[in-house]
Amino acid sequence: MVTALVDAREAAERVVDPEMPMLTLADLGVLRRVETAGDGTVVVTLTPTYSGCPALEAMRDDLRAALQDAGYDAVEVRTTFSPPWSTDWISDEGRRKLAEAGVAPPDRIGPKAAGAPIPLTLAPPSQTVACPQCGAADTEEVSRFGPTACTALRRCRSCAEPFEHVKEI
Amino acid sequence: MDTHSPHPGHDENVYDALSTADDDGRWAFGTGFDAGDAEITAPAPEGVDRADVATYCLMLADDALIASQRLAGWTAKAPELEEEVALANIALDLLGQARVLLSRAGHLGAAEPYRVGPQDDEDVLTYFRDDRAFRNVTLAETDLGDFGRTIAWILVFAAWRLALMQRLTGSRDPVLAAVAGKAVKELTYHRDYAAQWVLRLGDGTELSHARMQAGLDGVWPHVEELFLAHDVERRLVEAGVAVDPAELRGDVDAVVAQVLPAATLTRPETPAVGLVGGRGGRDGVHTEALGGVLALMQSLARAHPGATW
Ligand SMILES: [Zn+2]
Repeated sequence: MVTALVDAREAAERVVDPEMPMLTLADLGVLRRVETAGDGTVVVTLTPTYSGCPALEAMRDDLRAALQDAGYDAVEVRTTFSPPWSTDWISDEGRRKLAEAGVAPPDRIGPKAAGAPIPLTLAPPSQTVACPQCGAADTEEVSRFGPTACTALRRCRSCAEPFEHVKEI
Repeated sequence: MDTHSPHPGHDENVYDALSTADDDGRWAFGTGFDAGDAEITAPAPEGVDRADVATYCLMLADDALIASQRLAGWTAKAPELEEEVALANIALDLLGQARVLLSRAGHLGAAEPYRVGPQDDEDVLTYFRDDRAFRNVTLAETDLGDFGRTIAWILVFAAWRLALMQRLTGSRDPVLAAVAGKAVKELTYHRDYAAQWVLRLGDGTELSHARMQAGLDGVWPHVEELFLAHDVERRLVEAGVAVDPAELRGDVDAVVAQVLPAATLTRPETPAVGLVGGRGGRDGVHTEALGGVLALMQSLARAHPGATW
C-alpha cells in the first residue's frame, strides 16, 4: 500500500541540483514520484538526465538528508530510466531561473517520431540561441559538449561573452 | 565506477566529507548503482532464457565499457580543451550505459562466477573478469591512435550503436528498452560530433585529409564484425528481446555514404579482420589490444580487492 504524502514531496522538491544549483530537482523535472510505503518509508523515484550523470549520487544523498531533516527517518531513493528524461521537462520556472543565472535554457522539442532513422544533419546547427547576458540573437556554438553533461558551450558575437546552453535532449 | 584511490585508513578520513549517505559502505571503485533501481530487478521476460539475457546485457555493456575506457585515454591529451571535454562527455555517457547494463547482467546472475568480495555486480564484472569473458566487439578495444582515427572510430561506433539502440527500444526486456531509450538521445549527439569533425578534417588541409582517411582505413577492418549475429543474439531476436545486427548495416552504410563524399573521403577497401575459427569479440575472442585496456582499467581494483572509502 503506497500513498502520496504532500509534506515529503515538498521537502524533496526543494532539493537543488548539485551541478546547476539555481534549479530545484522539481524545476529540472527529474523527480518522478514521492510516495509513502505502508511501513512509513518515504520512497522517492528519480530519473537521471544522462545515463552517466555523475550528479545522481549527490542527488540521492541530498534527498535523503533533506527528508531526514523534514522528519522522515526511513527514506529510499530509487532510480528509473523510463521514460527517458527530456529537457522539455524543465519547468517554465526552471527556464526563467536558468536565464537569470546566465545559462541559456533549452528549446522545447516536443515528442520525436519513433521508428524512423534519426537524420544526420551535416550543415552547421542553425538553431538561434539568444545570449543570456545581452539578449543578442547573434551567438555561435563553441562546443556541443560543455562542463556538465547537460550543457553546450556558446559565445555571443555581440557582447563577446561565453555562456552555457542547456542542450535539448 | 570512478576510480578513486583507496583511502589510507586514517581515522580522519577526508572522503567522508564527500557523502552524507549513511547507507552501504562504499567500495573504493563504485557507488552501488543497482541498489533500489526500479527496473534493474525486473525478472527476465516470460519464456526467455535468463542466462541468454544476461549474456546479451554483457555484450552491449562491454561495448560501451571498453569504448569508454579507450576514450578516457584522451583525458589530459586532447588537442584542445573543448575536444577533451567532448571526448570525456562521450566516454561518460557510454560508461553510464555500461553501468546499468552490467547491473542488469549481474542481477540475472552474470557476476557470480567472478565475485571475490562484497562488491556491487557492476564492479565485479568490470574489474574481475579476464579478457576471454569480455563480450565486446573488437572495434571497441582497438587503439584510438591519433585524433583523426578517434573521430573515424566514434563515427562508426556511434552510428552503429545508435541504429542498434533505436531498435532496442522495442525490446521485451524492460531494462534493455529503458537503457536504449536514453542511449538513443546520447548517441545522436556523439554521431553528430564525429560527423562534424570528419567533414572539417576530410575537407580541410592536405594533412588533415590524409590523416582522416588513414583513420578510416585503420578502423575499417573491424566494421564487418558489427553486423554478425552470435547464437545468443539469434535466440533473443526470435524471442523479441535482442536486435539482429545484420539489420544495422543499412543505417551505418547510409551514414557513411552521406558523410564521406561530403568530406572528400573515400570508403575504405581494407579487408575485414578474420574471425578466429568463426569466433570474434562476442565469443570472448579478442585482439591483443584488449589486454592493454584491461590492464589499465583493472590493475588498481585488483591490487586492493576489498578497499572501501
Ligand atoms: Zn551577449
